[in-house]
Amino acid sequence: MNDTRRPGAHDPGPLLLGVRHHGPGSARAVRAALAAARPRVVLVEGPPEADALIPLVAGPGLRPPVALLAHAVDEPGRSAFWPFAEFSPEWVAIRWALEQGAAARFIDLPATHTLAWQGRDASADGTGEGEDPAEAGGGESTGAADSEENAGAAGDRSDSQGVGDAPGAGDPARRVRVDPLAVLAGAAGYDDPERWWEDVVEHRGPGGRDPFAPFAALEDAMGALRERYGAGGHARDLVREAHMRLRLRAARKEFGDDVAVVCGAWHVPALRAKTTVAADRALLKGLPKVRTDLTWVPWTHRRLARAGGYGAGIDAPGWYGHLFHAPDRPVERWLTKVARLLREEDRIVSSAHVIEAVRLAETLAALRGRPLPGLSETTDAVRAVLGDGSEVPLALVHDRLVVGDALGEVPEAAPAVPLQRDLARQQRSLRLKPEALERESELDLRGETDAARSRLLHRLRLLGVGWGEPVRSRGSTGTFRETWRLRWEPELSVRVAEAGVWGTTVQGAARARAEADAEAARGLAEVTALAEQCLLAGLPEALPVVMRVLADRAALDTDVGRLAEALPALVRSLRYGDVRGTDTGALAGVAAGLAERIFVGLPPACAALDTDAAEEMRGHVDAVHAAVGLLAETPAARSTGTGSTGAGSGGAEDGGGAGPGGLRDRWRAVLRALALRDTVAGVLRGRAVRLLLDDGVLGPEEAARLMGFALSPGTPPADAAAWIEGFVGGGGGLLLVYDERLLGLVDGWLAGVPAGAFTDVLPLLRRTFAAYEPGVRRTLGELLRRGPSERTTGRAAGPGTAPGFAPEPDTERADAVLPVLRLLLGLEEDQDEEQDEDPGQGPGRDLQGRPRTKTDDNSLAGVGT
Amino acid sequence: MSVSVEATSVEVASGEASGSEGTASVDKATASGSRDPQALRPHAEHAFAAELAALARQDDRPRPARWKLSPWAVATYLLGGTLPDGTAITPKYVGPRRIVEVAVTTLATDRALLLLGVPGTAKTWVSEHLAAAVSGDSTLLVQGTAGTPEEAIRYGWNYARLLAHGPSRDALVPSPVMRAMAEGMTARVEELTRIPADVQDTLITILSEKTLPVPELGEEVQAVRGFNLIATANDRDRGVNDLSSALRRRFNTVVLPLPESAEAEVDIVTRRVGQIGRSLDLPAAPDGIEEIRRVVTVFRELRDGVSADGRTKLKSPSGTLSTAEAISVVTSGLALSAHFGDGVLRPGDVAAGILGAVVRDPAADRVVWQEYLETVVREREGWTDFYRACREVSA
Repeated sequence: MNDTRRPGAHDPGPLLLGVRHHGPGSARAVRAALAAARPRVVLVEGPPEADALIPLVAGPGLRPPVALLAHAVDEPGRSAFWPFAEFSPEWVAIRWALEQGAAARFIDLPATHTLAWQGRDASADGTGEGEDPAEAGGGESTGAADSEENAGAAGDRSDSQGVGDAPGAGDPARRVRVDPLAVLAGAAGYDDPERWWEDVVEHRGPGGRDPFAPFAALEDAMGALRERYGAGGHARDLVREAHMRLRLRAARKEFGDDVAVVCGAWHVPALRAKTTVAADRALLKGLPKVRTDLTWVPWTHRRLARAGGYGAGIDAPGWYGHLFHAPDRPVERWLTKVARLLREEDRIVSSAHVIEAVRLAETLAALRGRPLPGLSETTDAVRAVLGDGSEVPLALVHDRLVVGDALGEVPEAAPAVPLQRDLARQQRSLRLKPEALERESELDLRGETDAARSRLLHRLRLLGVGWGEPVRSRGSTGTFRETWRLRWEPELSVRVAEAGVWGTTVQGAARARAEADAEAARGLAEVTALAEQCLLAGLPEALPVVMRVLADRAALDTDVGRLAEALPALVRSLRYGDVRGTDTGALAGVAAGLAERIFVGLPPACAALDTDAAEEMRGHVDAVHAAVGLLAETPAARSTGTGSTGAGSGGAEDGGGAGPGGLRDRWRAVLRALALRDTVAGVLRGRAVRLLLDDGVLGPEEAARLMGFALSPGTPPADAAAWIEGFVGGGGGLLLVYDERLLGLVDGWLAGVPAGAFTDVLPLLRRTFAAYEPGVRRTLGELLRRGPSERTTGRAAGPGTAPGFAPEPDTERADAVLPVLRLLLGLEEDQDEEQDEDPGQGPGRDLQGRPRTKTDDNSLAGVGT
Repeated sequence: MSVSVEATSVEVASGEASGSEGTASVDKATASGSRDPQALRPHAEHAFAAELAALARQDDRPRPARWKLSPWAVATYLLGGTLPDGTAITPKYVGPRRIVEVAVTTLATDRALLLLGVPGTAKTWVSEHLAAAVSGDSTLLVQGTAGTPEEAIRYGWNYARLLAHGPSRDALVPSPVMRAMAEGMTARVEELTRIPADVQDTLITILSEKTLPVPELGEEVQAVRGFNLIATANDRDRGVNDLSSALRRRFNTVVLPLPESAEAEVDIVTRRVGQIGRSLDLPAAPDGIEEIRRVVTVFRELRDGVSADGRTKLKSPSGTLSTAEAISVVTSGLALSAHFGDGVLRPGDVAAGILGAVVRDPAADRVVWQEYLETVVREREGWTDFYRACREVSA
């Protein structure tokens, strides 16, 4: 009607601007067209329930990328997202309207219907989107097992419904139907529809004289397509378009023809079509409904790239953002940006490089027949000129620039996110009130409610909501008991709101967060800790990702120390998993693999260490030793082969069996190698001998031989002292009390240390022996004062007799304690027999050879205290 | 240097580029004398003369100065396709289209092109065909070796003339690079990183200033439009004579990838092993394919750092583990089995060869290899014999 207002006039009637969502060129064109036409109301494709949220867009608190989130009130897991980036045409249109004082409205089908459809589809599909029918039927807190998947699928779906003008964007099921862009691109001789769209629409400079021309041309093309293909297999589009027409009519009644519509190009012909109100109303009749809430949630470029999927054209949000913001010379500016990034990462990139890259990109575009270099041309140029042909800098460029780190912000005024509701609901059902007062809560994990509480608290911790702090249980050390210190700080509500970006339920969000954390984790230990947390939080769905990351990190990590640090936590998780009845097969596999890598890498890593490093490595050896012991006992480690679980079958280095018993055997072989290798630090050699001795793999004679070897006069005294520290350090002094022969060796060596060297070894020895309990120290002193005569005779005695022991075990006295021991240890008869067969090595020797020391121990204890 | 002075008759212009224009009329076919039908292997421009002619006939796009074809036509020549008149162009390079496009564009933008890749990735092949399509001549070639002298890249002297007549243009023996500069052609340098660093650096002036001074005569040769240079290098050889960053900056780099699928690689290895075996008169191994597949699998897994099923990540050893090395492992395995075994290629025959190829650095690579054995090979079905054999030789 007001056609005379501007020279570049558009057709009479409402201004229909067909766009591609998240297309920077479209956004630019929309801005130009709106500025030229100056409509009084802007209608945007999106759920009309969100009209109330539009004013927030003008505020400073709302910073894209953000998404409109619609979710069913009673079922936070059922949700849909409408993401907006700064370069989204819809966003640009809304911003323009708010700045110019025009009205802005959403006109798509209300989310209440789309969400209801979504639920119905899920139950109809059955296997479909991984939605559990039981959950759809109002399942309880744990029912939302795969809510994140639902959210993701919902995001995709809404993308192709609410946002994707290109039908088929992101949703493979729809892709098999007609793709109008592909048809148009094919007609233009392109094999890639995205590229065609970019060349024809997005890469048009802002210089066009008539701001409406591109939209008119596009509308013609789409009109031709719609004539040919109708709804293109998207039956629901007809319903949505009917609703859009109704809203358009209402707006025209109010504002006349001063109306602009920004919607997917695909819908434009349908909005232009002449239909009757009655027909449109008939289409909308009887649609299912669910109670729905909408809010803004912060979004990220990464999620934009992910939720949009491959075909939505936003696999490069950073690039699109750049195209939108760059005032001119986008390629030159982009490559300069890349160069700056690479320089920050210490690659040598000069301006000459950038010049050559620009030239290459432009010529490449010409060779490929494109009007302007696109992302693929600039990427090729970066690879060939800036990156020396390597993919490594490219990966960095892709991650940091092409996708980008942008994170949206949402003002506090935005309505509560569904995550908050879900949390509130769980707090009610678990009777766990958020209180500012600190209190401790003891949970018995065998009870269903307490277990659920524990899971909730662990999940919140994963999400960075530190409501509960686990504290060490008093009294009980059982794995079925947990103690929490609970305290609800006001800022935790903010944290929950922030965590809303991860999902709509606590479980789904925790899972998404855990997976993202795993991918981003720097160290191996971080990932293992995460695996442990996942088990505690009852998030087995997140485990596959965490395990994959863990296995990858372990495979590429060359530092045995880090591997050794990771193993104990992993084994601990395995045992926790057992307690909680989760399937830990994958975990066991990863743990066994980790152990193998440690076995291979440990001996070389133990060579040529200085004192501190050796001391650290000793800690690792101890930790691995304990972990291997636990791992071999864990039934979940049964995955491979049979393997003997008996402790007495040590020695066979490679039986070909890969079972847990085999694991233990291989570890022993590693320890043996350590014990015998001269280049290994003394403290480690001593430790290895001690561990083998404790395991009964090494006989006392052999241990004594190795000790004599290590303490022989040729060894530097400091090295020998380190050996002693490794062998009997860390409170292992009782051994010296029991085995006088070993004590004799130490005594003899110490007496032989030259005066000059004595002061050198003194600190180390002092540290070793100071760690003993006073009783042990006193006993050792008494034994030494008793004089060497007894010991030397003991030494002179045959190899069968240890000093301080009778030549023959007093079996009668020994047998007396057996029933009690059996009772205490829960030993069974058959094992007993096995031990009898092998008196020299197995634990049987301990039972038969040490009863006397037991009594000694008792009396000593009396002396000591 | 087999090029005779008379036949090439390069005009050395004293600072005057236009003077060398006329030299393009020199008949290269007779100069290089390679149109000999008896030649074991004809040059690309002769073997595919018909295709090049058809392309040139129908090529209506703009051509850079002295290019025989437009960049589009060059890309088509390498990647294959069908011309409007129905002439079929055979693909010369089977691989990502992107690589050829970037390579051709690089030459069109007057930048030197560096083709990187491990042995056997068709670097030389691509460079020959590019030169043939762009300049119609692929014979302006410098073969890089550790002993390549500066004269091979700049110019030498005919000492008989030098002594008889003193320094003059007639006594100068131009290098292929010099000829290419004067005539606006494409020169090729093979195995650039094998050339000693100081000799490599002579290329810097040529590539940046596009000129080659001849101080003995007080003259220079200026490159005319159309001159460009394609170098190939082995990207695992970087350590041998790594390019200085000054030189590196003059090149656009394109990395030629290894065969994409395991099947393709097994094919290449089988074919080459067959050829080598024949020339060594080794008896054909009946069940060899099983072991070849295994060798290729081991090489690919360690090279890519991930197991074939994509589940387990692995450390990669320091060696190249190229297809060419897989071929040599299998060949030596065949020789072992033929001379010392029962004529059938068995795990034991290839185990030692694989160990030698993988463990180049005794400390780090051994750990890599052990880990690979314990975490991947041990559990793999049907690989027990191989595992045993490897443990035996590794111990």
